[in-house]
Amino acid sequence: MSAVQSDIKTARKVRRKPSFLKENGPALVFLAPFTLFFFVFTILPILTSIFFSFTYFNMLEPPRLIGFTNYIRMFFDDDVFLIALKNTLIFAFITGPLGYTLSFLFAWLINEFRRGVRSLLTLIFYSPVLAGNVYFIWVFMFSGDAYGLINSTLIKLSLIKEPIQWLTDPKYNFTVVTLVILWLSMGAGFLAFVAGLQSLDRSLFEAGTIDGIKNRFQELWYITLPQMGPQLLFGAVMSIAGAFAVGYESMSITGFPSTDYSTHTLVLHILDFGNMRFEMGYASAVAVFLFALMLLAWWIVSKTLSKLTD
Amino acid sequence: MERDDEMIHSAETPALGRKKHFGRYKKPSLSRSKGGTIAIFIFLIMVSVFMVMPMVYTIVQSLKPINEIFLYPPRFFVQQPTLDNFTMMIQLVQDMWVPFERYLFNSLFVAIVGTGLYIVVASMAAYPLSKLKFRYAALYYQIIVWAILFRPEVTRIPQYVIIAKLGLINTYLSIILPVLATSFGVFLMRQFMITVPDEIIEAAKIDGVGHFTMFTRIIMPMVKPAWLTLIIFTFQQLWNTTGGQYIYDETVKMLPTVLQQISSGGIARSGAGAAVALILMIPPITVFIISQSSVMETMAQSGIK
Repeated sequence: MSAVQSDIKTARKVRRKPSFLKENGPALVFLAPFTLFFFVFTILPILTSIFFSFTYFNMLEPPRLIGFTNYIRMFFDDDVFLIALKNTLIFAFITGPLGYTLSFLFAWLINEFRRGVRSLLTLIFYSPVLAGNVYFIWVFMFSGDAYGLINSTLIKLSLIKEPIQWLTDPKYNFTVVTLVILWLSMGAGFLAFVAGLQSLDRSLFEAGTIDGIKNRFQELWYITLPQMGPQLLFGAVMSIAGAFAVGYESMSITGFPSTDYSTHTLVLHILDFGNMRFEMGYASAVAVFLFALMLLAWWIVSKTLSKLTD
Repeated sequence: MERDDEMIHSAETPALGRKKHFGRYKKPSLSRSKGGTIAIFIFLIMVSVFMVMPMVYTIVQSLKPINEIFLYPPRFFVQQPTLDNFTMMIQLVQDMWVPFERYLFNSLFVAIVGTGLYIVVASMAAYPLSKLKFRYAALYYQIIVWAILFRPEVTRIPQYVIIAKLGLINTYLSIILPVLATSFGVFLMRQFMITVPDEIIEAAKIDGVGHFTMFTRIIMPMVKPAWLTLIIFTFQQLWNTTGGQYIYDETVKMLPTVLQQISSGGIARSGAGAAVALILMIPPITVFIISQSSVMETMAQSGIK
C-alpha cells in the first residue's frame, strides 16, 4: 500500500467521523482551568454536603450514616430551625423582589440623565456595596441609648420620650436589618441594569414612537424590558442568591444570637451547628434544604421572566 | 444634549456629525415634561442622601475630637474637625503584635493576584460557552447559572472540610482558590461575549486566525466593559475579606481584621474605628471610579449597531 493511499484513507476516516477531541478540543482547553477550580471548590462542597446530610459527622470521627434522621430533626425536633426558616422566607420575600425592583427602577431613572450625572448617581447608589465593611456604622446610628443618632433625633423632635432599643427589641430589629439589606441591594444586578440600558438598540425606540408608543411606561414595557432579557435574568440570580444568604449582616447588627432569635436565619443556623457545635451532618442537612429552596425560587423566577421578555 | 447621543449620532453619519455638534441634538425618543424631570431628580437626591449617609457619617466620625464623640445630644456633623483619630489609629496600629504593613501587604497581594487570575480564568471559560459549539455546552451553562445561587456563605461548611484536607489552611491560596471557583464572573463574561457579532468571528476564521489569537486579540478587546466590571467586583470582594474563615495565623490575616480589632474597643474607639473604615473604603471606591469612566465610554461605543 503506498503512502498516498493510506493518507487518503485516514483523510476519509477523519471526514467521516471527527473524533470527540478534534470536535471539542479547543473548547475543553479553554474550559479546563475554570472547570478544575469550579469542581473542587464549588461542585464538590455541594455534593459532599448532600452526603454529609445523611450522616452524623463531627470532624473528629469518620461520618456515620444515619438516614433521614437529620431531616426529621429539622422539622420535628428543632424549634429554632423553624424560626430561622420563617425569618429567611420573610427576608427573602421582602428584600429579594423589592431590592430587585428598586435596582431596576433606579437604573432606569438614572439612565435618563446626562453622562456626568449618570456616573455620579451610579457611584452613589453602588457605594454601599463598594464600601463593604462600612455597614457596621448603622449600629452606631441605631444605637439603643440616647446617644444613638436616630434616637436622639426622634427625642429632639418629641416623637418619642424613651430611647428605643432598635437592635435588641424584637419589635424593631427585624425592620432595621431589612432596611440595611435593602441599602446593600444595589449591587451587581444594578450595575448590569445601568450598563444594559445604555447599550439598547436606539433605532427600536424611534420605531416605537412611530408605532404609537405614547408614554414612558409603554416604552418601558414594550421596548425596553424585552431587550433587557439577559440583564434581568442576571439581576434575578444575584438577588435570589443574596436574599437567601441573609445572615452575616444581621449577625453584626443585632448580635448572635439575636433576642429570641428574632433575626436568626438559615445561614446563621448552619454557622451555629457547623462552626460552633461541629455537628457537620446536621448543618449540612440545613444547607441542603436551603439549596433546594433557592433552586425552587430560581425555577419560578426564571419561568416568569422568560414569559415577560419573550 | 447627551454626549453619548452625540457620539452615537456622529458615528452613524460622519458627514453630519460635525454639524450636529453646533446645533442642539434632539433626542429621537419621547421627552418628559420639565416638571417631571425635576421631580425625579429631587426623588433621586433624597434616596442618594439615604445611600451615602453611613459613608458620610464615617468620614464625619473619623474627624470628631473625643469630646464631640461623647457629646449629648449627639450631632451629626463635626464642629471642630481634628486628625486625632488618625494619630490614635497609627498608635493603636503600632502597638499591634503584627506590623500594619504586613496586613496591608496580605490584602493587596490577595486582591491583586486573585483578581488578575480570576479575569483570565473566567474569560477563558466564557469564550467557548458563548462562541464555540461543543458537546454538553447547554448543560454546562445551566450548571454555571445554578452555581451562582450558592454563595460562599451557603457552601462554607463543606468547603472548609475540603480546604482543610488539601492542607490550605493559613495560606493565601485558601482565599484565592474559592474565588476562582465562583461561576458568577463566567456567567457575566458569557452574557457580554454573546453580543460579539458572529460575522467578525467568521471573518477572522477565514483569515486563518487561531483560537488563541481570536480570544486575546479579537474577543477580549471587544468585551472590555465586561472584564472591567469583573475587576471591580472581584477586587472589592477580596479587599473586604478578613480571611477569618480559613486563616488563623495572625501574620496571614487581612486588613479588615485591624478594623475589627480597633472597633471592638467600644464607643471610645469609634473615632479610630471610623478612621480605619475610611481608609479601607478608599481603594475599592477609587478602583470603581477609574474603571467606571472606561465602562461608560466603552458602553456608549458598543451601543452603535
